[in-house]
Amino acid sequence: MGDRQSWFAEELERRGVSRREFVGWCSTVAAALSLPGTASAQIARAVQRTKKPVLVWLEFQDCCGNTESFLRASRPSVADVVLDTLSVDYHETIMAAAGHQAEAALEKTVREQKGQYIAVVEGSIPTGDDGAYCTIGGKSAVQISREVCGNAAAVIAMGTCATFGGLPAAAPNPTSALGVGEAVPGLKHLINLSACPANVENLTALIVYYLTFKEWPPVDRHKRPLFAYGKAIHDACERRAHFDAGQYVEAWGDEGHRTGYCLFKMGCKGPVTFQNCPNVRWNGGTNWPIGCGHPCIGCAEPAFWDRMTPFYQHLSGVPGFGLHSNVDRLGLWGVAAVGAAFAAHGAVSLVQRRRRGEHQPDADGAGPADEGGQQP
Amino acid sequence: MTHIVVDPVTRIEGHLRIEAEVEGGRVRDAWSSATMFRGIELILKGRDPRDAWAFTQRICGVCTTVHAIASIRAVENAIGAEPPPNARLLRNLIIASQCVQDHVIHFYHLHALDWVDIVSALSADPAQTATLAQSISDWPLASATYFRGVKDRLKAFVDRGQLGPFANAYWGHSAYRLPPAANLMAVAHYLEALDWQREVIKIHAVLGGKNPHLQSFLVGGMATPIDPDKQASLNAGSLAEIRRLIHKAKDFVNRVYIPDLLAVAGFYKDWAGIGGGVGNYLVYGEYPEEDTPNARLFLPSGVIRGRDLAKVERFDPAKITEHIAHSWYEYEGGDGQGKHPSQGETKPKYTGPKPPYERLDTAAKYSWLKSPRYDGLPMEVGPLARMLVAYASGHERVQQLVNGALGKLGVGPAALFSTLGRVAARGLETALLAEKMETWLDELGENMARRDLRIHDNTRWEPDTWPRDATGAGFHEAPRGALGHWVHIQDGVIRNYQCVVPSTWNAGPRDAAGHRGPYEEALLNTPVADAEKPLELLRTVHSFDPCIACGVHVVDAKRRELAAVRAL
Repeated sequence: MGDRQSWFAEELERRGVSRREFVGWCSTVAAALSLPGTASAQIARAVQRTKKPVLVWLEFQDCCGNTESFLRASRPSVADVVLDTLSVDYHETIMAAAGHQAEAALEKTVREQKGQYIAVVEGSIPTGDDGAYCTIGGKSAVQISREVCGNAAAVIAMGTCATFGGLPAAAPNPTSALGVGEAVPGLKHLINLSACPANVENLTALIVYYLTFKEWPPVDRHKRPLFAYGKAIHDACERRAHFDAGQYVEAWGDEGHRTGYCLFKMGCKGPVTFQNCPNVRWNGGTNWPIGCGHPCIGCAEPAFWDRMTPFYQHLSGVPGFGLHSNVDRLGLWGVAAVGAAFAAHGAVSLVQRRRRGEHQPDADGAGPADEGGQQP
Repeated sequence: MTHIVVDPVTRIEGHLRIEAEVEGGRVRDAWSSATMFRGIELILKGRDPRDAWAFTQRICGVCTTVHAIASIRAVENAIGAEPPPNARLLRNLIIASQCVQDHVIHFYHLHALDWVDIVSALSADPAQTATLAQSISDWPLASATYFRGVKDRLKAFVDRGQLGPFANAYWGHSAYRLPPAANLMAVAHYLEALDWQREVIKIHAVLGGKNPHLQSFLVGGMATPIDPDKQASLNAGSLAEIRRLIHKAKDFVNRVYIPDLLAVAGFYKDWAGIGGGVGNYLVYGEYPEEDTPNARLFLPSGVIRGRDLAKVERFDPAKITEHIAHSWYEYEGGDGQGKHPSQGETKPKYTGPKPPYERLDTAAKYSWLKSPRYDGLPMEVGPLARMLVAYASGHERVQQLVNGALGKLGVGPAALFSTLGRVAARGLETALLAEKMETWLDELGENMARRDLRIHDNTRWEPDTWPRDATGAGFHEAPRGALGHWVHIQDGVIRNYQCVVPSTWNAGPRDAAGHRGPYEEALLNTPVADAEKPLELLRTVHSFDPCIACGVHVVDAKRRELAAVRAL
């Protein structure tokens, strides 16, 4: 197999990446993961030494959006190298083999790399009707996920569907869809990257961390890495000063909208959504939803399709709104109070829907309970 | 007679299974089955129709704009909202850039490996590749040194013994016909296209915040403010960035994609006689050039029957029906009838084998897709349908492009009704849109200069401005073809929602009358040299660019008991 270090150096060189750029990138990753400066050297050593780790990517009740996100990795360019240094042995959207040859590739990985490969799951897993709502090669998603995830060294649930059940699990959850954690109970090395889709920059950082330290970074109660989900969007938002100053968009295209005022009144869910969008942004840092004038829809949170809707109705009970209060006052409220506001909002929208005599949300399908739960 | 099963069909979006009978080296019969179901329409019931676009958008993350567009159009049609000209231009730019990027990804990353043997590229002479590349294009990355670098990289990859996504494929199959030099060129462009797609889709990030799943759609307009004097709005700087990206897109399409397409097609001309399919083509039309309800469309709507290019019928939405004779659903009143989407009904009823299973019972129900029909007939939708309708309707630029390509390949218009025709039409449409996009950007700039900064019809935003009971339809041409959404709104919430989707048209199963769906019909007589390695079958299926998650999405509201069924 040759000398790993020289191979990696060649790979970098082929891609026009200098040694200096690579070291710089390692520092960036270390910073993103909130690690001390000395960690960057450790990351550089680990990534260069590692044999290409095997990764299999499973798609179940998905829209392929996380795969598309994966294909957009662009910043820094060395991130592409790291992804390229994985051996992606199974991924239906990109793999050349089809049919039983494709199935054989997956079986081979599970058999020969048992306990060593990384499994990424995209999409929710339907448990209704004996698994008939999603089959691949005649096997149900439940059967495949238990076998493949159960034998993996580590599992990444990529996107809100794989994490919490997502859209298929939205009320009334017609197919009894679940996230990986619920569909495959007892997984020890599961980590969740929610959001719709998950941002590839977070996937890259996560994989590098794993290769470096042989374990997942610190996580929150939903098993999401704190480096990406540790802070509310509202707190890092570039429009936060306008919220604090009471400057809001009142109508689409008005003076405030064009000036970049706060989108809170238009329904922004930034105060109750934990994700690093404002910092990392999207598509190589080009932009992000609030940056283009649309409110956050809370896509990283459990059951957001039920609890963050109607999307254009503003949250109630968020401290600072309408008070023109200052930042210090908001700080006193903290995350718990914001969570309570979120819970109240979720409850209100569910009650409204019940009142209309429409579908009954399925509490189990609504994902793991979180900040204050969803009970009124 | 050999029965073959391809499941999973890879290099597509979603979960598709093909079963086929092969006899004497040819496909005698075929069945197309979708094996995944979510139920998004049921989930939509009772919700705010202004939210619907975000839900339907998640039907597909590949064609990540199309269900959002169809949804806002359907709701606008229902409530009488009139998006201003800037919203139309922003949407046209978003739709066209989606189509251009998606088509290129399809050609290089989803379809190319059916025609290109990567292993053969290892024995290529880089100097010959350079000669070939320079003979078909003036694209600068075409030196022997460059291709040697690509070959070395490929060799290093193979030598490491971890083939990753390229393992277990049909390399060395007798149906691969490109010489090593051409295979190496294609591998180089496969890699270049990976970088290219990531860059050009930044148009969507500028106009929609992110890709996939852009977030700037609004019922009544767009959420992207426009103001030349504001940093937080689309301004001159944003337009310049979009223009740069459009040029980058056009450059690659004209100097790499189209020359590659024609070069590869030259080696596979027999595929102009394979994979014809149903021969009926349906197009809703796209890219409104005006702001009136019956606006002129850049790509016209129309219907062609029986491959008759002499006659383009007017498209009539009332003639659309959906059938379930071979789909895992039931209708009140029996499975034999079709239903118009505005009266659509979809109760899932799985009657297939319990997984794990080996075979589907194709005499009974065998797919999660329904069978849409137009005037009772199966219809092919997509780039080929669009190019044929535009060609037959006298669209001057389309005629130039189509005639130019036919001339270069030395074939007549009949060659279009084929697997190769589908591949070629997709490329020509890409070239057409890549050159058209800038005119919409110019219009946007002119409006900005005139201080027409409107992006939204605020008069219909609040639900109390809507009729108590309203129905609407939204039509769109997605990259994969004709897409329609039908919505019924009552008391400000969605009462019923139906989508009829391109891949449902193309990949759907047989109907009650026994008409095969377009995939199934197109597979008839496809040669299969080795039933263990049905490469040729994949060529025809991939030529439609399957997007199965799009195709399966429906369920009826009354099926509530499903929520109570929990296998765990």
